[in-house]
Amino acid sequence: MTTDRPHVSLLGTTALLFEAPGETTLETQRRIWALARDAAGFAGVREAVPGMNNLMLAFAEPPRRPEEIEQRLVERWNVVEPLPIAGRCIDLPVVYGGEAGPHMADVVEHTGMHVDEIVERHSAPTYTVFALGSHPGYCYLGGMDARIATPRRKVPVLKIPRGAVSIGGSQTGVSASDGPSGWNTIGSTEVAFFDVNRSPPALLQPGDSIRFKAVRVLR
Amino acid sequence: MIKVLTAGALATVQDLGRTGALNLGVGTSGAMDPLALAGGNILLRNEENAAAIEIPVFPFKVRFERATVFAVTGADCAARLDETSLLPWWAYRAEAGQVLSLSLPKPGTWRATRAYLCIADGIDVPVVLGSRSTQLRGSFGGHEGRALRDGDELRAGRPNGRAVPGFGLMPPGLSLPLQADGVPAVRVLPAAEYDCFTDSSQEALWSTAWKITAQSDRYGYRLAGEVLNPRRRLELRSHGIVPGVIQVPHGGQPIIQMRDAQPSGGYPKIGTVIEADLWRLGQAPIGSSVRFIRCSWDEALGALADVRHWFANARRLVELHCGEGGGR
Repeated sequence: MTTDRPHVSLLGTTALLFEAPGETTLETQRRIWALARDAAGFAGVREAVPGMNNLMLAFAEPPRRPEEIEQRLVERWNVVEPLPIAGRCIDLPVVYGGEAGPHMADVVEHTGMHVDEIVERHSAPTYTVFALGSHPGYCYLGGMDARIATPRRKVPVLKIPRGAVSIGGSQTGVSASDGPSGWNTIGSTEVAFFDVNRSPPALLQPGDSIRFKAVRVLR
Repeated sequence: MIKVLTAGALATVQDLGRTGALNLGVGTSGAMDPLALAGGNILLRNEENAAAIEIPVFPFKVRFERATVFAVTGADCAARLDETSLLPWWAYRAEAGQVLSLSLPKPGTWRATRAYLCIADGIDVPVVLGSRSTQLRGSFGGHEGRALRDGDELRAGRPNGRAVPGFGLMPPGLSLPLQADGVPAVRVLPAAEYDCFTDSSQEALWSTAWKITAQSDRYGYRLAGEVLNPRRRLELRSHGIVPGVIQVPHGGQPIIQMRDAQPSGGYPKIGTVIEADLWRLGQAPIGSSVRFIRCSWDEALGALADVRHWFANARRLVELHCGEGGGR
């Protein structure tokens, strides 16, 4: 849902959600990162958590008047300069299709493209990590070619493995651990996105980027 | 030290939850009934956030390997120490070698399904990213990042000698009841997409009962009831969510996010169960019904104040008892 003005709403008394207007872009995300940096210092805010062109503020203590924080956020949004984070880029070798990508056929059917074309389009961009979420170490990526967008599955799969490369709507990502998912798995890679004994535990952070390198295409 | 003899299923070490790691994609975890966990800790004069064992499936059995003061809070599950029947929400002393057995929660007292075994000085597992709670998806925290198994051994924290047996607390299920038309209820603040639902769906949210289906666990409660329809199909961008958020997937049957929920999502949100009432849901049995009561921000803050008052009162009673009869 996009309008021309930001939208702020409550998540109970636990948090507040700020949603930027317009299409999902890296430029908007850079303003979200800047807003997050500011808002993390607001009194009563425990954590400022970027999403895809939106920002959640988790409260340490619910404010007496949440509309004051809402107003402050919107005022900051209107003046905030985009924060360009120059992150690092990692290459991930991906085996596409076959057993590694059990839902490739659904993407083929939906897009009408040949497997090779899907692999080419999926592995062409450099994807920027917009935010972390979903499960420990998972990265929300921006920049997928809209032509390979494929709707989420009607029935979520109970367990897709760590390293699964998948498409959900116009987004793509890599599972950081085994778990349920409604996305379409098109390939598989080997990477440890999260290790609680590592500092920091997450391999990537917002502003970093990922390139997928096709090492094999199974048919 | 305590040894788990019968783990049941899905028993986990929990504290009040993991805050501050959302930016790593790590959700909060923590006790489904934070009042029972903190209440048990208050009873034992522990820190309120000390770790305990959350037990959702029975029978559950442990052996105390050394003398320990403990309390079983949450559900009334006919606890026995060897052959002796115990009161729930009561501090007892177990001697080395004694066996504590918990059975299916009794109907007819207060409505609860999860028991908490709290011990003096708390369960000593490592603090990971600021919490001792088990993070099942990430396989860390709690005891080896997983549910307990038969034979597991758990240590208590550094002894402070403060716990005193022979005293109890009134369960919040009795002292803080909340119902709508005779059905257990929780209070809800409308969320971002509330206005996007049809008038009849909004009406149904507040005026009809919602059944908690068998597909309900620490991750989320899937509800069954009237179909909730948005005025038009909504496609949202992934964003942060919190326990208590009521999502409505395309099928129209709501899902309430619970303690192990992922910290982000993309389904439309019709409302959020307020933090002060999440413990009620955490104790709601599968197959039972729940009603949603619309509340304002100020009412939600008032509900939090009521919970804090309950804690303060519990602390006062425990200190009164320990001051007068402590050490007997």
